[in-house]
Amino acid sequence: MLYRVEVRSRADMPDPRGGLARAEAVALGLPGVPDRIETASVYLIEGALEPAMVDRLTQALLADPVTQEATVGAAPPRGTALIEVHPLPGVMDPDADAVELAIRTMLGVEASVRTGVRYDFHGGDPARARHIAERSLANSVIQQIHDAPYLPDRFPVAAARQVTSTEIPLRGLDADALDRLSRDAHLFLSTDEMLAIQAEYRRLGREPRDIELETLAQTWSEHCVHKTLKATVRFHGALPGAAERPGHEVQPDGSVVIRNLLSSTIAAATRELMASGIDWCLSVFVDNAGIIAFDDRHAVCFKVETHNHPSAIEPYGGAATGIGGCIRDILGTGLGARPIAATDVFCVAMPDRAAAEVPAGCLHPARILRQVVAGVRDYGNRMGIPTLNGTVWFDDRYIGNPLVYCGCVGVMPRDRITGSAQAGDLIVALGGRTGRDGIHGATFSSAELTDTHADEFAHAVQIGNAVTQKKMLDAIMEARDSVDADGQRRCLFRAVTDCGAGGFSSAVGEMGEHTGAVVHLERAPLKYAGLSPTEIWISEAQERMVLAVDASDLDALRAVCDRHDVELCVLGRFGTDDRELILRFGDQEVGRLSMAFLHDGLPSREREARFSPAPRHVADPVQPAPAVEHALLTLLADPNIASKHWIVRQYDHEVQGRTVIKPLTGPDGHGPGDASVILPVPGSRRGLAIGCGLATGLSHDPYRMALAGVDECVRNIVCVGGDPARLAILDNFCWPSCRDPESMGSLVLAAEGCRDAALAYRTPFISGKDSLNNQFVAEDGTVIRIPPTLLISGFAIVPDVSCCVTMDLKRPGSLLLLVGVGTGALGGSRYEHHFGGAGGERDLPMIDLVLGPRLARSVARLIEHRLVRSAHDLSEGGLLVAAAEMAIGGGLGVELDPLQAPADGEMSEAAELFGESPGRYLLEVDRADLPRIDALLGDLPWAIVGEVLSTPEVRISRGGPRLPIADLHAAWHGTLDW
Amino acid sequence: MKPTALVITTAGINCDRELIEAFELAGAEPRSVHLARLMDEPDQVDRFDLIGLPGGFGYGDAIAAGRIAAALMRERLYPAFMRAVRRGVPMIAPCNGFQTAVQLGLLPGVAADEDVSAPAEAPAPSVALLPNAQGRFVDRWVRIEIPAQTRCIWTQGLACAGPVAVLPVAHGEGRFVARDASLLAELEAAGQVAVRYAADDNPNGSAADIAGICDPTGLILGLMPHPERYTSWLHHPFWTRLSEADRAGDPPGLAMFRQAVRHATQVALGV
Repeated sequence: MLYRVEVRSRADMPDPRGGLARAEAVALGLPGVPDRIETASVYLIEGALEPAMVDRLTQALLADPVTQEATVGAAPPRGTALIEVHPLPGVMDPDADAVELAIRTMLGVEASVRTGVRYDFHGGDPARARHIAERSLANSVIQQIHDAPYLPDRFPVAAARQVTSTEIPLRGLDADALDRLSRDAHLFLSTDEMLAIQAEYRRLGREPRDIELETLAQTWSEHCVHKTLKATVRFHGALPGAAERPGHEVQPDGSVVIRNLLSSTIAAATRELMASGIDWCLSVFVDNAGIIAFDDRHAVCFKVETHNHPSAIEPYGGAATGIGGCIRDILGTGLGARPIAATDVFCVAMPDRAAAEVPAGCLHPARILRQVVAGVRDYGNRMGIPTLNGTVWFDDRYIGNPLVYCGCVGVMPRDRITGSAQAGDLIVALGGRTGRDGIHGATFSSAELTDTHADEFAHAVQIGNAVTQKKMLDAIMEARDSVDADGQRRCLFRAVTDCGAGGFSSAVGEMGEHTGAVVHLERAPLKYAGLSPTEIWISEAQERMVLAVDASDLDALRAVCDRHDVELCVLGRFGTDDRELILRFGDQEVGRLSMAFLHDGLPSREREARFSPAPRHVADPVQPAPAVEHALLTLLADPNIASKHWIVRQYDHEVQGRTVIKPLTGPDGHGPGDASVILPVPGSRRGLAIGCGLATGLSHDPYRMALAGVDECVRNIVCVGGDPARLAILDNFCWPSCRDPESMGSLVLAAEGCRDAALAYRTPFISGKDSLNNQFVAEDGTVIRIPPTLLISGFAIVPDVSCCVTMDLKRPGSLLLLVGVGTGALGGSRYEHHFGGAGGERDLPMIDLVLGPRLARSVARLIEHRLVRSAHDLSEGGLLVAAAEMAIGGGLGVELDPLQAPADGEMSEAAELFGESPGRYLLEVDRADLPRIDALLGDLPWAIVGEVLSTPEVRISRGGPRLPIADLHAAWHGTLDW
Repeated sequence: MKPTALVITTAGINCDRELIEAFELAGAEPRSVHLARLMDEPDQVDRFDLIGLPGGFGYGDAIAAGRIAAALMRERLYPAFMRAVRRGVPMIAPCNGFQTAVQLGLLPGVAADEDVSAPAEAPAPSVALLPNAQGRFVDRWVRIEIPAQTRCIWTQGLACAGPVAVLPVAHGEGRFVARDASLLAELEAAGQVAVRYAADDNPNGSAADIAGICDPTGLILGLMPHPERYTSWLHHPFWTRLSEADRAGDPPGLAMFRQAVRHATQVALGV
């Protein structure tokens, strides 16, 4: 019997969900938004239940007697139109699981539950309502819209698939046919790669089975092995010092051959730094995250991932599973690290685009942003991990390819930083069950995704279940820190990794690389019956981890998992005679691959790279030049500069009680902090500063962009008190397709910039990730390429958090010091974006790699000596925006004399006030400390550029304008105050 | 002998570690026990001197925040909790704990004139914590006031003024409403309002700016803010601006725990 229960707010109680639904429709500019939208939660319950039991559930579980009323069945329409949104069959419905548990406990009855939401529109006809629902209430990729109360006769059941394995004949195919096979089977392997596979099977004298091909495709995917960054590259273009760069050979024709781009640039810098004294990097580029020493007993690790394509299709689920996956990376680093902080960076098109300007097939950028924020919020908050650093960059070239970067930081004992599976260890899967989720990632076409037949069960886009993952986290941490009968700490597993892309195939394939493995696929716990062995093997169902467990620890591990209500399954055993991966289903062998071929058989790739960019288009200067007041208010309201409080406040950035420098600072919490600081180890004053740098404004010159990104990341971290001598960084490249030699050339230069900056600042890269196919083909064939986007994330030790400073101005009478040098270059700045530029102003600024690191160290020393009351880096909007932000943060005023600022060459007034030359800091100091400051800064360029006022206004000296802080705050706060 | 504190965790609870740290800092000996174990053996509750229901997203906040945990506890644990109240055990329920406690019938609790010694069944909920007025989750620090006449043993007499009189909130469903106006008046009159948001700093639209209430005995405190996240001056949202004088003594969050631990110690000694 299938029952339906509706629960809604009583008439005299508010319905904020309805209010929010209406507000979002208004914000998207949809026509005909009704005066009021009323909502109700809908529960569909199937099971052996008597009507009286349903009444009891309704009263005691589903409805709150103080504020809500319930209807068993469906209430008659309450307005002019009715919409219901329900998840498609097979889509994760986390609430339903919890309701099932409660029913079991309360009534002792097994029931199946699905949940939905009913919207009663008060105004407008059903067609209007459906139009609004399609654009703002539901996503057809995962949800179904009904225009009447939904009550099916029974829940649909997934159709069973075949359990046999099939052979794919390829030994006799020519190159064209191999390419066709690769494409039709969604393998995404190149001709060379298909030929290598063909050669292997010719050698074996048999045809491959589908599961074997899938395993190779997953393991050899760009996502898993970074084929492009590890490729041999032939670069045509200017590359200073090419002959001296490791792994680079200048050819007679002037081109440069780079063997393994990653190893010859970013990783080379880390190797060089480790060889020249940096002894605190504990694990770089090999594990799921990079690890550095924190103190004598603890290590900290950091990983940043992207989840771009899923987020373009279904931003909520894409972002949530993005952060979920990154958290599992931390949990799967070494023998498991405890996640203690999360970061997020989004790149989307300008949020004020008219709906008509959004190409078909793309979601509106404002909707994407709302949904990705909601996804990170709901997953991160539920996991209890503070999301405390990030940024948003708006550029219309992200219209078809929004970027979603998710980062996670973990802490672990130093004796738990490595693990490896040994022959004989059990392969143990923990956590969520396996379904058809995310098979082949996001490669299904949308037609398949919305098909109403059995294929509805094969969803490329997934919804995470944070509670499942939180339980798994708790269990893994307890197993890692287990204590045996003799009081000895004993980790209950020998290795752990997450099931990410490729699911079990990647996790087991990686862990068993040196031992081989036998897997019994029929043992995997399934969400529903009928999965084929291949589906089980490659499913990307969320919230799963794989452990290597000594058989003698299995019972103890099982007890831990039982305590946390985490499902455990012994999938097989590591270790085979010939280092093979053997896949079985019942008594049938369904696949067999040599680990050697799987991991070393991938032919190395060659890429052509060229850098010959077209001249940068810059608008002519606005005439007459804007008044300073107007320019400042315009810049403060620019979404790339405006306050991100709407996002920050939706994240629980202080859960765990470790966040001591928060993302928003000052007495009213208005100040945009440069970085956040957490206390990883309870009881210790030693902190960890977490920040990032993103200089997409300079993307026309990827080398300068990379230098500026590292510099900005370092300055952000230094400004809160991080030690630049104990600072490690991560790279995340999001590029348009690198099959285009120009894009590849720009990637090469960015990687060279990363190396040069890392060496100059002595900040080793410890981990990285790339996403190299971010372009969108519109209906008319136009290709919209994202700007090359390089996120630099970093974390640094703070020796004593009591020395930390924030960016909000503290005390009237303090002096403002500008440390660092500006130039007249306005290229790539927000000022240029709004008001154009001419002549030398169009140049892109470049950091001085000698001066920049010296400045960072010196500012850090001032902060360590407690000589700085507040500190802020100069970034988008330059000096005047930085000063205004500090004033807004502190609720105080400033008087500024920009003419005093250290300058290199001629500077226009615009460049003085709004130039974005890198490497600069604005510091608030006590006048009495000037002699000590002078001594510590020595010959570095610095100057007194202003004073803190008690009157809350920004004044420009020499008769310049005066602007009340309230006006500045309104402009800066209003743009993204959604 | 340190008083012992029971911290009840379950799927989706995620503020248990800071609650444990707060109990430790205040001089108690906390232990976390999973709800499932406790439902099997409710008598375990009898062994503890303090109880904490931590924040988080129990069961993912399915249906409504705290609903599932409340339904489970109502079935199995309500009598054990009432035995604890009779023994004089202080209990704190921040955030998700508060949401659970009001639906489970612990708060505002049976009326003062009723017999608490033999509670047959948990009373029906009479107050609720609705989705925030702005319709979404909010994390920020809010200014608070401790009502002078409160009977709550956690907050009674707490020195709490000036820039340090703040607490962090982080929730999506914290808007306090009562069944009717007369119940609100009764709670006020009975001293059951334990913590109030400053009138101009109400983060969620709560009725009468109520941030937290206690039961008629004053032992059970439920509140949306997180005192367990304010046990060090480094937690303060703008500690870099506070003077030495501001930072004298314990932060109010820790002070609440100390008061309760002191109370529990006196109960244990039979004072």
